[in-house]
Amino acid sequence: MTDAVVLNDVSMVFNQGGDNQVHALSEIDLTIEPGEFISLIGPSGCGKSTLLRLIGDLISSTDGRVEVNGKPAHLARTDRDYGMVFQSATLLEWRSVLANVTLPLEIMGRSSVERQERGREMLDLVQLSGFEDHYPWQLSGGMQQRVAIARALAFAPSLLLMDEPFGALDEMTRERMQTELLNIWEATDTTVIFVTHSIPEAVFLSTRVVVMSPRPGRIVDVIDIDLAQPRTLDTREEQRFYELLTVVRESLRRADR
Amino acid sequence: MHKICGMNPTPSRQIRRLWSIVAILTLLAVGWEAYKWIGETTGGVWPGTTTRLPIRTNSRSMPHLWDIAVSLFRPARRGGEDILLVILLRAGWFTLRSALVGFVAGCSIGFGLGLLFVRSRLAERGLMPYVVASQTVPVIAIAPILVVWGGRLDLPKWVSVAAISAYLAFFPVAINTLRGLRSPAATATELMRSYAASPNQTLLKLQIPAALPFLFPALKVAATASVIGAIVGELPAGLADGLGRAILGFASSFSSAPEKLFASVVVSALVGLVFVGVVALVERLVLPPTRRIDPTEAAASP
Ligand SMILES: Nc1ncnc2c1ncn2[C@@H]1O[C@H](COP(=O)(O)OP(=O)(O)O)[C@@H](O)[C@H]1O
Ligand SMILES: [Mg+2]
Repeated sequence: MTDAVVLNDVSMVFNQGGDNQVHALSEIDLTIEPGEFISLIGPSGCGKSTLLRLIGDLISSTDGRVEVNGKPAHLARTDRDYGMVFQSATLLEWRSVLANVTLPLEIMGRSSVERQERGREMLDLVQLSGFEDHYPWQLSGGMQQRVAIARALAFAPSLLLMDEPFGALDEMTRERMQTELLNIWEATDTTVIFVTHSIPEAVFLSTRVVVMSPRPGRIVDVIDIDLAQPRTLDTREEQRFYELLTVVRESLRRADR
Repeated sequence: MHKICGMNPTPSRQIRRLWSIVAILTLLAVGWEAYKWIGETTGGVWPGTTTRLPIRTNSRSMPHLWDIAVSLFRPARRGGEDILLVILLRAGWFTLRSALVGFVAGCSIGFGLGLLFVRSRLAERGLMPYVVASQTVPVIAIAPILVVWGGRLDLPKWVSVAAISAYLAFFPVAINTLRGLRSPAATATELMRSYAASPNQTLLKLQIPAALPFLFPALKVAATASVIGAIVGELPAGLADGLGRAILGFASSFSSAPEKLFASVVVSALVGLVFVGVVALVERLVLPPTRRIDPTEAAASP
Protein backbone atom coordinates (compact mmCIF):
# COMPACT_ATOMS: atom_id res chain seq x y z
CA MET A 1 0.00 0.00 0.00
CA THR A 2 1.35 3.46 -0.87
CA ASP A 3 1.97 5.77 2.04
CA ALA A 4 -0.52 8.58 2.50
CA VAL A 5 2.18 11.19 3.07
CA VAL A 6 5.97 11.04 2.86
CA LEU A 7 8.07 13.97 4.04
CA ASN A 8 11.75 13.56 3.32
CA ASP A 9 14.29 16.04 4.67
CA VAL A 10 11.87 18.93 4.14
CA SER A 11 12.96 22.49 4.94
CA MET A 12 11.12 25.74 4.55
CA VAL A 13 12.66 29.20 4.56
CA PHE A 14 10.42 32.23 3.96
CA ASN A 15 11.89 35.26 2.16
CA GLN A 16 15.19 33.50 1.64
CA GLY A 17 18.10 35.93 1.56
CA GLY A 18 15.94 38.88 2.62
CA ASP A 19 16.14 40.89 5.84
CA ASN A 20 12.97 39.22 7.07
CA GLN A 21 14.13 35.67 6.34
CA VAL A 22 12.35 33.08 8.52
CA HIS A 23 13.64 29.55 8.87
CA ALA A 24 10.26 27.94 9.55
CA LEU A 25 10.98 24.21 9.15
CA SER A 26 14.14 22.16 9.18
CA GLU A 27 14.88 18.55 8.19
CA ILE A 28 11.36 17.22 8.55
CA ASP A 29 11.12 13.44 8.06
CA LEU A 30 7.76 11.77 8.50
CA THR A 31 5.80 8.94 6.91
CA ILE A 32 2.04 8.70 7.40
CA GLU A 33 0.13 5.53 6.52
CA PRO A 34 -3.39 5.50 5.08
CA GLY A 35 -6.10 5.64 7.73
CA GLU A 36 -3.91 7.22 10.39
CA PHE A 37 -5.00 10.15 12.51
CA ILE A 38 -1.93 12.31 13.04
CA SER A 39 -1.79 15.38 15.25
CA LEU A 40 0.90 18.03 14.90
CA ILE A 41 1.49 19.77 18.20
CA GLY A 42 3.93 22.47 19.24
CA PRO A 43 4.14 26.04 20.46
CA SER A 44 2.64 28.66 18.18
CA GLY A 45 4.99 29.82 15.44
CA CYS A 46 6.79 26.46 15.26
CA GLY A 47 5.65 25.80 11.70
CA LYS A 48 2.62 23.52 12.07
CA SER A 49 0.51 25.49 9.60
CA THR A 50 3.48 25.77 7.28
CA LEU A 51 3.95 22.00 7.30
CA LEU A 52 0.23 21.47 6.56
CA ARG A 53 0.38 23.98 3.70
CA LEU A 54 3.42 22.19 2.26
CA ILE A 55 1.56 18.87 2.27
CA GLY A 56 -1.39 20.59 0.57
CA ASP A 57 0.89 22.28 -2.01
CA LEU A 58 -0.47 25.67 -0.98
CA ILE A 59 3.20 26.68 -0.71
CA SER A 60 6.34 24.92 -1.99
CA SER A 61 9.18 23.77 0.19
CA THR A 62 12.63 25.27 -0.28
CA ASP A 63 14.19 21.85 0.16
CA GLY A 64 13.28 18.19 0.40
CA ARG A 65 10.56 15.91 -0.95
CA VAL A 66 6.82 16.06 -0.20
CA GLU A 67 4.73 13.16 -1.51
CA VAL A 68 1.03 12.50 -1.11
CA ASN A 69 -0.40 9.14 -2.18
CA GLY A 70 2.89 8.31 -3.89
CA LYS A 71 2.92 11.48 -6.04
CA PRO A 72 4.54 14.89 -5.68
CA ALA A 73 2.29 17.22 -3.65
CA HIS A 74 1.30 19.38 -6.62
CA LEU A 75 -0.04 16.39 -8.54
CA ALA A 76 -1.97 15.25 -5.49
CA ARG A 77 -3.52 18.69 -5.31
CA THR A 78 -4.58 18.73 -8.95
CA ASP A 79 -5.94 15.18 -8.43
CA ARG A 80 -7.97 16.60 -5.51
CA ASP A 81 -6.54 14.10 -3.07
CA TYR A 82 -7.11 16.18 0.05
CA GLY A 83 -9.71 18.35 1.75
CA MET A 84 -8.77 21.34 3.88
CA VAL A 85 -10.34 22.80 7.05
CA PHE A 86 -9.06 26.01 8.66
CA GLN A 87 -9.55 27.53 12.09
CA SER A 88 -12.08 29.95 10.61
CA ALA A 89 -14.81 28.09 8.76
CA THR A 90 -14.31 30.30 5.68
CA LEU A 91 -17.84 29.75 4.38
CA LEU A 92 -18.97 31.87 1.45
CA GLU A 93 -21.57 34.18 2.97
CA TRP A 94 -23.64 34.50 -0.22
CA ARG A 95 -24.15 30.75 -0.45
CA SER A 96 -26.62 28.66 1.50
CA VAL A 97 -25.28 25.89 3.73
CA LEU A 98 -25.97 23.29 1.04
CA ALA A 99 -24.41 25.42 -1.69
CA ASN A 100 -21.30 25.85 0.46
CA VAL A 101 -20.96 22.11 0.87
CA THR A 102 -21.41 21.48 -2.85
CA LEU A 103 -18.96 24.23 -3.91
CA PRO A 104 -16.05 21.84 -4.53
CA LEU A 105 -18.32 19.50 -6.50
CA GLU A 106 -19.45 22.44 -8.62
CA ILE A 107 -15.83 23.29 -9.37
CA MET A 108 -15.13 19.67 -10.23
CA GLY A 109 -17.98 19.74 -12.74
CA ARG A 110 -20.24 17.16 -11.07
CA SER A 111 -23.88 17.03 -12.18
CA SER A 112 -26.49 18.98 -10.27
CA VAL A 113 -28.26 15.79 -9.18
CA GLU A 114 -25.05 14.31 -7.79
CA ARG A 115 -24.22 17.56 -6.03
CA GLN A 116 -27.57 17.75 -4.28
CA GLU A 117 -27.46 14.12 -3.25
CA ARG A 118 -23.90 14.18 -2.03
CA GLY A 119 -24.36 17.53 -0.28
CA ARG A 120 -27.35 16.26 1.71
CA GLU A 121 -25.49 13.08 2.56
CA MET A 122 -22.56 15.12 3.91
CA LEU A 123 -24.82 17.41 5.94
CA ASP A 124 -26.38 14.31 7.41
CA LEU A 125 -22.90 13.03 8.31
CA VAL A 126 -22.14 16.20 10.27
CA GLN A 127 -25.65 16.21 11.77
CA LEU A 128 -26.88 19.33 10.04
CA SER A 129 -29.83 17.90 8.13
CA GLY A 130 -32.54 20.51 7.96
CA PHE A 131 -30.11 23.42 7.71
CA GLU A 132 -29.60 23.14 3.93
CA ASP A 133 -31.24 26.49 3.15
CA HIS A 134 -29.79 28.46 6.05
CA TYR A 135 -27.06 31.02 5.50
CA PRO A 136 -23.70 30.96 7.32
CA TRP A 137 -24.49 33.98 9.52
CA GLN A 138 -27.46 32.10 10.93
CA LEU A 139 -25.24 29.32 12.34
CA SER A 140 -23.19 29.10 15.53
CA GLY A 141 -19.41 28.76 15.30
CA GLY A 142 -19.56 25.02 15.89
CA MET A 143 -22.20 24.54 13.21
CA GLN A 144 -20.19 26.62 10.74
CA GLN A 145 -17.16 24.44 11.39
CA ARG A 146 -19.26 21.32 10.76
CA VAL A 147 -20.31 22.78 7.42
CA ALA A 148 -16.63 23.35 6.63
CA ILE A 149 -15.89 19.69 7.46
CA ALA A 150 -18.81 18.52 5.31
CA ARG A 151 -17.49 20.66 2.46
CA ALA A 152 -13.97 19.23 2.81
CA LEU A 153 -15.34 15.67 2.70
CA ALA A 154 -17.87 16.28 -0.09
CA PHE A 155 -15.59 14.98 -2.83
CA ALA A 156 -14.37 12.05 -0.70
CA PRO A 157 -10.69 13.00 -0.56
CA SER A 158 -8.42 10.34 0.90
CA LEU A 159 -6.65 12.91 3.08
CA LEU A 160 -8.10 15.56 5.39
CA LEU A 161 -5.85 18.46 6.44
CA MET A 162 -7.14 20.37 9.46
CA ASP A 163 -5.49 23.50 10.88
CA GLU A 164 -6.71 24.07 14.46
CA PRO A 165 -10.30 23.49 13.28
CA PHE A 166 -11.76 23.64 16.80
CA GLY A 167 -9.44 26.35 18.09
CA ALA A 168 -12.14 29.01 18.19
CA LEU A 169 -14.81 26.86 19.86
CA ASP A 170 -15.77 26.68 23.53
CA GLU A 171 -14.69 23.62 25.51
CA MET A 172 -18.07 21.83 25.49
CA THR A 173 -18.60 22.26 21.76
CA ARG A 174 -15.03 21.30 21.18
CA GLU A 175 -15.32 17.93 22.92
CA ARG A 176 -18.55 17.14 21.10
CA MET A 177 -16.90 18.02 17.77
CA GLN A 178 -13.94 15.79 18.60
CA THR A 179 -16.20 12.78 19.09
CA GLU A 180 -18.07 13.60 15.89
CA LEU A 181 -14.84 13.93 13.96
CA LEU A 182 -13.71 10.49 15.15
CA ASN A 183 -17.05 9.02 14.06
CA ILE A 184 -16.60 10.56 10.62
CA TRP A 185 -13.00 9.36 10.46
CA GLU A 186 -14.12 5.81 11.21
CA ALA A 187 -17.02 5.95 8.76
CA THR A 188 -14.91 7.27 5.86
CA ASP A 189 -11.39 5.69 6.06
CA THR A 190 -9.93 9.15 5.63
CA THR A 191 -6.36 9.88 6.70
CA VAL A 192 -6.35 12.95 8.95
CA ILE A 193 -3.56 15.40 9.70
CA PHE A 194 -4.71 17.63 12.52
CA VAL A 195 -2.90 20.71 13.82
CA THR A 196 -3.59 21.65 17.43
CA HIS A 197 -1.92 23.14 20.46
CA SER A 198 -4.18 21.34 22.90
CA ILE A 199 -2.54 18.30 24.49
CA PRO A 200 -5.79 16.52 25.50
CA GLU A 201 -7.20 17.09 22.02
CA ALA A 202 -4.14 15.59 20.36
CA VAL A 203 -4.09 12.56 22.67
CA PHE A 204 -7.84 11.91 22.47
CA LEU A 205 -8.03 12.05 18.67
CA SER A 206 -4.79 10.63 17.35
CA THR A 207 -3.15 7.37 16.50
CA ARG A 208 0.17 9.24 16.63
CA VAL A 209 1.15 12.65 17.97
CA VAL A 210 4.00 14.52 16.28
CA VAL A 211 5.71 16.93 18.69
CA MET A 212 7.49 19.91 17.13
CA SER A 213 10.08 22.33 18.46
CA PRO A 214 10.14 26.07 17.75
CA ARG A 215 12.44 28.03 15.42
CA PRO A 216 13.27 26.38 13.19
CA GLY A 217 10.47 23.81 13.47
CA ARG A 218 11.76 20.26 13.85
CA ILE A 219 10.11 16.99 14.78
CA VAL A 220 11.38 16.09 18.26
CA ASP A 221 9.12 13.13 19.03
CA VAL A 222 6.52 10.94 17.43
CA ILE A 223 4.37 9.39 20.18
CA ASP A 224 2.17 6.35 19.58
CA ILE A 225 -1.23 6.75 21.19
CA ASP A 226 -2.17 3.19 22.13
CA LEU A 227 -5.62 3.95 23.52
CA ALA A 228 -8.31 1.48 22.42
CA GLN A 229 -10.49 2.30 19.39
CA PRO A 230 -13.15 3.51 19.13
CA ARG A 231 -12.51 6.34 21.54
CA THR A 232 -15.49 7.27 23.67
CA LEU A 233 -16.38 9.69 26.45
CA ASP A 234 -14.83 7.17 28.86
CA THR A 235 -11.49 7.33 27.07
CA ARG A 236 -10.83 10.67 28.75
CA GLU A 237 -11.22 9.00 32.16
CA GLU A 238 -8.74 6.19 31.52
CA GLN A 239 -5.48 5.93 33.44
CA ARG A 240 -3.60 5.48 30.14
CA PHE A 241 -5.08 8.74 28.81
CA TYR A 242 -3.53 10.65 31.71
CA GLU A 243 -0.20 8.88 31.28
CA LEU A 244 -0.12 9.87 27.60
CA LEU A 245 -0.96 13.48 28.45
CA THR A 246 2.13 13.49 30.66
CA VAL A 247 4.30 11.90 27.96
CA VAL A 248 3.27 14.56 25.41
CA ARG A 249 3.59 17.39 27.92
CA GLU A 250 7.11 16.35 28.89
CA SER A 251 8.11 15.96 25.27
CA LEU A 252 6.86 19.49 24.55
CA ARG A 253 8.78 20.81 27.53
CA ARG A 254 11.98 19.17 26.30
CA ALA A 255 11.38 20.53 22.81
CA ASP A 256 11.04 24.07 24.11
CA ARG A 257 14.47 24.07 25.72
CA MET B 1 -32.69 35.51 -5.26
CA HIS B 2 -32.28 35.31 -1.51
CA LYS B 3 -34.88 33.56 0.54
CA ILE B 4 -33.51 34.76 3.83
CA CYS B 5 -34.52 38.27 4.69
CA GLY B 6 -34.64 37.96 8.44
CA MET B 7 -32.62 41.10 8.94
CA ASN B 8 -34.62 43.36 6.64
CA PRO B 9 -35.21 46.78 8.14
CA THR B 10 -38.52 46.56 9.92
CA PRO B 11 -41.36 48.79 8.69
CA SER B 12 -40.97 51.03 11.72
CA ARG B 13 -37.30 51.55 10.87
CA GLN B 14 -38.18 52.49 7.31
CA ILE B 15 -40.80 54.93 8.55
CA ARG B 16 -38.27 56.46 10.91
CA ARG B 17 -35.88 56.86 7.99
CA LEU B 18 -38.58 58.54 5.91
CA TRP B 19 -39.34 60.87 8.79
CA SER B 20 -35.70 61.83 9.18
CA ILE B 21 -35.53 62.73 5.48
CA VAL B 22 -38.69 64.86 5.76
CA ALA B 23 -37.34 66.47 8.93
CA ILE B 24 -34.01 67.37 7.31
CA LEU B 25 -35.70 68.84 4.25
CA THR B 26 -38.04 70.86 6.47
CA LEU B 27 -35.10 72.08 8.54
CA LEU B 28 -33.25 73.19 5.40
CA ALA B 29 -36.32 75.01 4.08
CA VAL B 30 -36.94 76.71 7.41
CA GLY B 31 -33.24 77.66 7.62
CA TRP B 32 -33.35 79.18 4.13
CA GLU B 33 -36.41 81.27 4.85
CA ALA B 34 -35.22 82.23 8.36
CA TYR B 35 -31.89 83.46 6.96
CA LYS B 36 -33.78 85.55 4.40
CA TRP B 37 -36.03 86.93 7.11
CA ILE B 38 -33.08 87.91 9.33
CA GLY B 39 -31.34 89.61 6.44
CA GLU B 40 -34.41 91.52 5.42
CA THR B 41 -35.23 92.75 8.93
CA THR B 42 -31.64 93.76 9.82
CA GLY B 43 -30.72 95.12 6.43
CA GLY B 44 -28.11 92.49 5.58
CA VAL B 45 -26.07 92.22 8.82
CA TRP B 46 -25.93 89.69 11.66
CA PRO B 47 -28.47 90.75 14.33
CA GLY B 48 -26.94 93.23 16.83
CA THR B 49 -23.68 93.59 14.84
CA THR B 50 -22.41 95.39 11.82
CA THR B 51 -20.95 92.22 10.26
CA ARG B 52 -22.40 91.64 6.82
CA LEU B 53 -24.16 88.37 6.04
CA PRO B 54 -22.11 86.26 3.58
CA ILE B 55 -24.92 85.96 1.02
CA ARG B 56 -27.36 88.72 0.15
CA THR B 57 -30.89 87.88 1.10
CA ASN B 58 -32.82 89.80 -1.52
CA SER B 59 -35.15 87.83 -3.76
CA ARG B 60 -32.58 87.87 -6.56
CA SER B 61 -29.84 86.06 -4.60
CA MET B 62 -32.20 83.89 -2.61
CA PRO B 63 -35.72 83.67 -3.99
CA HIS B 64 -38.45 82.46 -1.68
CA LEU B 65 -38.88 78.70 -1.89
CA TRP B 66 -42.50 79.08 -2.93
CA ASP B 67 -41.44 81.39 -5.76
CA ILE B 68 -39.13 78.62 -7.01
CA ALA B 69 -41.93 76.07 -6.68
CA VAL B 70 -44.46 78.31 -8.43
CA SER B 71 -42.05 79.07 -11.28
CA LEU B 72 -41.95 75.37 -12.10
CA PHE B 73 -45.61 75.49 -13.03
CA ARG B 74 -45.56 78.75 -15.02
CA PRO B 75 -44.75 78.91 -18.74
CA ALA B 76 -41.00 79.13 -19.07
CA ARG B 77 -41.04 81.80 -21.77
CA ARG B 78 -43.43 84.64 -22.30
CA GLY B 79 -46.11 83.32 -24.62
CA GLY B 80 -44.65 79.81 -24.45
CA GLU B 81 -46.94 76.84 -24.04
CA ASP B 82 -44.93 74.50 -21.85
CA ILE B 83 -44.46 75.08 -18.15
CA LEU B 84 -40.91 75.21 -16.80
CA LEU B 85 -41.18 71.80 -15.13
CA VAL B 86 -42.04 70.08 -18.40
CA ILE B 87 -39.21 71.83 -20.21
CA LEU B 88 -36.72 70.91 -17.49
CA LEU B 89 -37.91 67.29 -17.31
CA ARG B 90 -37.62 66.99 -21.09
CA ALA B 91 -34.09 68.41 -20.89
CA GLY B 92 -33.40 66.10 -17.96
CA TRP B 93 -34.49 63.05 -19.94
CA PHE B 94 -32.33 64.15 -22.87
CA THR B 95 -29.31 64.50 -20.58
CA LEU B 96 -30.07 61.28 -18.74
CA ARG B 97 -29.94 59.29 -21.97
CA SER B 98 -26.35 60.35 -22.72
CA ALA B 99 -25.51 59.86 -19.05
CA LEU B 100 -26.94 56.32 -19.13
CA VAL B 101 -24.88 55.35 -22.16
CA GLY B 102 -21.80 56.89 -20.53
CA PHE B 103 -22.60 55.14 -17.26
CA VAL B 104 -22.85 51.71 -18.89
CA ALA B 105 -19.70 52.26 -20.94
CA GLY B 106 -17.75 53.75 -18.02
CA CYS B 107 -18.78 51.03 -15.59
CA SER B 108 -17.89 48.31 -18.10
CA ILE B 109 -14.47 49.87 -18.65
CA GLY B 110 -13.98 50.29 -14.90
CA PHE B 111 -14.98 46.70 -14.20
CA GLY B 112 -12.71 45.48 -16.99
CA LEU B 113 -9.78 47.44 -15.59
CA GLY B 114 -10.46 46.00 -12.13
CA LEU B 115 -10.37 42.49 -13.61
CA LEU B 116 -7.19 43.23 -15.53
CA PHE B 117 -5.44 44.68 -12.49
CA VAL B 118 -6.36 41.79 -10.21
CA ARG B 119 -4.99 39.34 -12.77
CA SER B 120 -1.82 41.23 -13.59
CA ARG B 121 0.32 43.12 -11.11
CA LEU B 122 2.30 44.34 -14.10
CA ALA B 123 -0.76 45.96 -15.67
CA GLU B 124 -1.71 47.46 -12.32
CA ARG B 125 1.73 48.94 -11.78
CA GLY B 126 1.90 50.21 -15.35
CA LEU B 127 -1.59 51.63 -15.77
CA MET B 128 -2.80 52.59 -12.30
CA PRO B 129 -0.86 55.88 -12.18
CA TYR B 130 -2.58 56.99 -15.39
CA VAL B 131 -5.98 55.90 -14.11
CA VAL B 132 -5.47 58.03 -11.02
CA ALA B 133 -3.97 60.92 -13.01
CA SER B 134 -6.94 60.89 -15.37
CA GLN B 135 -9.16 62.09 -12.54
CA THR B 136 -6.92 65.03 -11.68
CA VAL B 137 -7.50 66.55 -15.14
CA PRO B 138 -10.52 68.84 -14.83
CA VAL B 139 -13.53 67.70 -16.82
CA ILE B 140 -13.94 71.13 -18.41
CA ALA B 141 -10.52 70.58 -20.03
CA ILE B 142 -11.26 67.04 -21.21
CA ALA B 143 -14.77 67.75 -22.47
CA PRO B 144 -13.86 70.03 -25.43
CA ILE B 145 -11.10 67.61 -26.49
CA LEU B 146 -13.50 64.68 -26.59
CA VAL B 147 -16.03 66.81 -28.50
CA VAL B 148 -13.43 67.76 -31.11
CA TRP B 149 -12.32 64.13 -31.48
CA GLY B 150 -15.94 63.00 -31.78
CA GLY B 151 -16.49 65.62 -34.47
CA ARG B 152 -13.44 64.38 -36.42
CA LEU B 153 -14.84 60.88 -36.35
CA ASP B 154 -18.25 62.13 -37.55
CA LEU B 155 -19.91 60.75 -34.45
CA PRO B 156 -23.23 62.20 -33.26
CA LYS B 157 -22.68 64.84 -30.59
CA TRP B 158 -24.37 62.84 -27.86
CA VAL B 159 -21.67 60.18 -28.26
CA SER B 160 -19.04 62.70 -27.19
CA VAL B 161 -21.23 63.68 -24.26
CA ALA B 162 -21.59 60.03 -23.24
CA ALA B 163 -17.81 59.64 -23.52
CA ILE B 164 -17.36 62.51 -21.05
CA SER B 165 -19.80 60.77 -18.68
CA ALA B 166 -17.89 57.53 -19.05
CA TYR B 167 -14.64 59.35 -18.32
CA LEU B 168 -15.97 60.38 -14.93
CA ALA B 169 -17.83 57.14 -14.19
CA PHE B 170 -15.14 54.52 -14.82
CA PHE B 171 -12.80 55.57 -12.03
CA PRO B 172 -14.71 54.70 -8.85
CA VAL B 173 -15.84 51.44 -10.45
CA ALA B 174 -12.27 50.43 -11.37
CA ILE B 175 -10.96 51.17 -7.88
CA ASN B 176 -13.76 49.41 -6.00
CA THR B 177 -13.85 46.43 -8.35
CA LEU B 178 -10.16 45.88 -7.71
CA ARG B 179 -10.65 46.26 -3.98
CA GLY B 180 -13.64 43.91 -4.00
CA LEU B 181 -11.92 41.25 -6.10
CA ARG B 182 -9.04 41.31 -3.62
CA SER B 183 -11.34 41.17 -0.59
CA PRO B 184 -11.67 37.38 -0.05
CA ALA B 185 -9.72 36.05 2.94
CA ALA B 186 -6.41 34.33 2.19
CA THR B 187 -7.92 31.07 3.44
CA ALA B 188 -10.79 31.35 0.93
CA THR B 189 -8.27 31.69 -1.89
CA GLU B 190 -6.31 28.71 -0.52
CA LEU B 191 -9.55 26.74 -0.40
CA MET B 192 -10.09 27.35 -4.13
CA ARG B 193 -6.49 26.35 -4.76
CA SER B 194 -7.03 23.14 -2.79
CA TYR B 195 -9.90 22.30 -5.19
CA ALA B 196 -7.50 22.93 -8.09
CA ALA B 197 -9.97 25.56 -9.33
CA SER B 198 -9.00 27.39 -12.51
CA PRO B 199 -8.41 31.16 -12.32
CA ASN B 200 -11.76 31.73 -14.07
CA GLN B 201 -13.58 29.51 -11.60
CA THR B 202 -12.00 31.36 -8.69
CA LEU B 203 -13.09 34.62 -10.29
CA LEU B 204 -16.68 33.53 -10.89
CA LYS B 205 -17.33 31.58 -7.71
CA LEU B 206 -15.29 33.57 -5.20
CA GLN B 207 -13.95 36.93 -6.31
CA ILE B 208 -16.86 38.45 -8.22
CA PRO B 209 -19.52 37.52 -5.64
CA ALA B 210 -17.22 38.86 -2.93
CA ALA B 211 -16.77 42.10 -4.90
CA LEU B 212 -20.48 42.92 -5.25
CA PRO B 213 -20.84 44.75 -1.91
CA PHE B 214 -17.89 46.96 -2.95
CA LEU B 215 -19.25 47.46 -6.45
CA PHE B 216 -22.62 48.99 -5.61
CA PRO B 217 -21.35 52.04 -3.69
CA ALA B 218 -19.06 52.71 -6.68
CA LEU B 219 -22.00 52.39 -9.08
CA LYS B 220 -23.87 55.03 -7.08
CA VAL B 221 -20.93 57.43 -7.30
CA ALA B 222 -20.62 56.62 -11.01
CA ALA B 223 -24.34 57.37 -11.51
CA THR B 224 -24.06 60.92 -10.15
CA ALA B 225 -20.72 61.45 -11.89
CA SER B 226 -22.18 60.42 -15.24
CA VAL B 227 -25.04 62.93 -14.90
CA ILE B 228 -22.58 65.71 -14.04
CA GLY B 229 -20.38 64.63 -16.95
CA ALA B 230 -23.32 64.79 -19.34
CA ILE B 231 -24.45 68.24 -18.12
CA VAL B 232 -20.95 69.67 -18.43
CA GLY B 233 -20.31 67.86 -21.71
CA GLU B 234 -23.37 69.35 -23.42
CA LEU B 235 -21.86 72.83 -23.28
CA PRO B 236 -18.78 72.36 -25.52
CA ALA B 237 -20.77 69.89 -27.62
CA GLY B 238 -23.27 72.66 -28.30
CA LEU B 239 -26.26 70.46 -27.60
CA ALA B 240 -29.27 72.69 -26.98
CA ASP B 241 -31.78 70.15 -25.70
CA GLY B 242 -30.22 69.08 -22.39
CA LEU B 243 -29.93 70.39 -18.86
CA GLY B 244 -26.49 71.90 -19.51
CA ARG B 245 -27.84 74.40 -22.02
CA ALA B 246 -30.96 75.02 -19.91
CA ILE B 247 -28.90 75.87 -16.84
CA LEU B 248 -26.63 78.15 -18.84
CA GLY B 249 -29.65 79.89 -20.37
CA PHE B 250 -31.31 80.50 -17.01
CA ALA B 251 -28.00 81.64 -15.54
CA SER B 252 -27.75 84.36 -18.17
CA SER B 253 -31.24 85.61 -17.34
CA PHE B 254 -30.50 85.31 -13.65
CA SER B 255 -31.12 88.95 -12.83
CA SER B 256 -34.65 88.96 -14.21
CA ALA B 257 -35.78 85.46 -13.19
CA PRO B 258 -33.47 83.94 -10.55
CA GLU B 259 -36.07 81.39 -9.45
CA LYS B 260 -35.77 79.62 -12.82
CA LEU B 261 -32.08 78.93 -12.26
CA PHE B 262 -32.80 77.55 -8.82
CA ALA B 263 -35.61 75.44 -10.25
CA SER B 264 -33.26 73.97 -12.86
CA VAL B 265 -30.73 73.16 -10.12
CA VAL B 266 -33.46 71.32 -8.21
CA VAL B 267 -34.48 69.32 -11.29
CA SER B 268 -30.83 68.47 -12.12
CA ALA B 269 -30.37 67.16 -8.59
CA LEU B 270 -33.56 65.13 -8.94
CA VAL B 271 -32.31 63.51 -12.16
CA GLY B 272 -29.14 62.40 -10.38
CA LEU B 273 -31.11 61.22 -7.36
CA VAL B 274 -33.45 59.12 -9.46
CA PHE B 275 -30.47 57.49 -11.16
CA VAL B 276 -28.82 56.71 -7.81
CA GLY B 277 -32.17 55.46 -6.54
CA VAL B 278 -32.44 52.96 -9.39
CA VAL B 279 -28.93 51.63 -8.61
CA ALA B 280 -29.85 51.36 -4.91
CA LEU B 281 -32.98 49.43 -5.89
CA VAL B 282 -30.95 46.96 -7.94
CA GLU B 283 -28.58 46.60 -4.98
CA ARG B 284 -31.52 45.72 -2.76
CA LEU B 285 -32.65 43.06 -5.20
CA VAL B 286 -29.20 41.53 -5.65
CA LEU B 287 -27.70 41.74 -2.15
CA PRO B 288 -29.32 40.59 1.09
CA PRO B 289 -29.23 43.17 3.91
CA THR B 290 -26.34 41.42 5.66
CA ARG B 291 -24.08 41.98 2.67
CA ARG B 292 -24.81 45.64 1.96
CA ILE B 293 -22.05 48.05 2.87
CA ASP B 294 -23.26 50.90 4.99
CA PRO B 295 -22.10 54.04 3.13
CA THR B 296 -20.91 55.64 6.37
CA GLU B 297 -18.85 52.53 7.12
CA ALA B 298 -17.46 52.41 3.59
CA ALA B 299 -16.34 56.03 3.88
CA ALA B 300 -14.65 55.36 7.21
CA SER B 301 -12.67 52.28 6.12
CA PRO B 302 -9.49 52.88 4.06
N1 LIG C 1 4.03 33.58 4.27
C1 LIG C 1 4.95 33.75 5.24
N2 LIG C 1 5.96 34.64 5.09
C2 LIG C 1 6.89 34.81 6.05
N3 LIG C 1 6.92 34.13 7.20
C3 LIG C 1 5.96 33.22 7.42
C4 LIG C 1 4.92 32.99 6.45
N4 LIG C 1 4.08 32.05 6.96
C5 LIG C 1 4.58 31.72 8.17
N5 LIG C 1 5.72 32.41 8.45
C6 LIG C 1 6.54 32.28 9.67
O1 LIG C 1 6.90 30.93 9.81
C7 LIG C 1 6.85 30.54 11.18
C8 LIG C 1 5.90 29.39 11.34
O2 LIG C 1 4.58 29.83 11.12
P1 LIG C 1 3.31 28.88 11.21
O3 LIG C 1 3.53 27.70 10.36
O4 LIG C 1 2.11 29.68 10.94
O5 LIG C 1 3.35 28.45 12.76
P2 LIG C 1 2.22 27.69 13.59
O6 LIG C 1 1.12 27.30 12.69
O7 LIG C 1 2.93 26.53 14.21
O8 LIG C 1 1.78 28.65 14.66
C9 LIG C 1 6.43 31.77 11.96
O9 LIG C 1 7.58 32.37 12.48
C10 LIG C 1 5.79 32.65 10.92
O10 LIG C 1 5.95 34.00 11.25
MG1 LIG D 1 -0.91 27.93 12.68
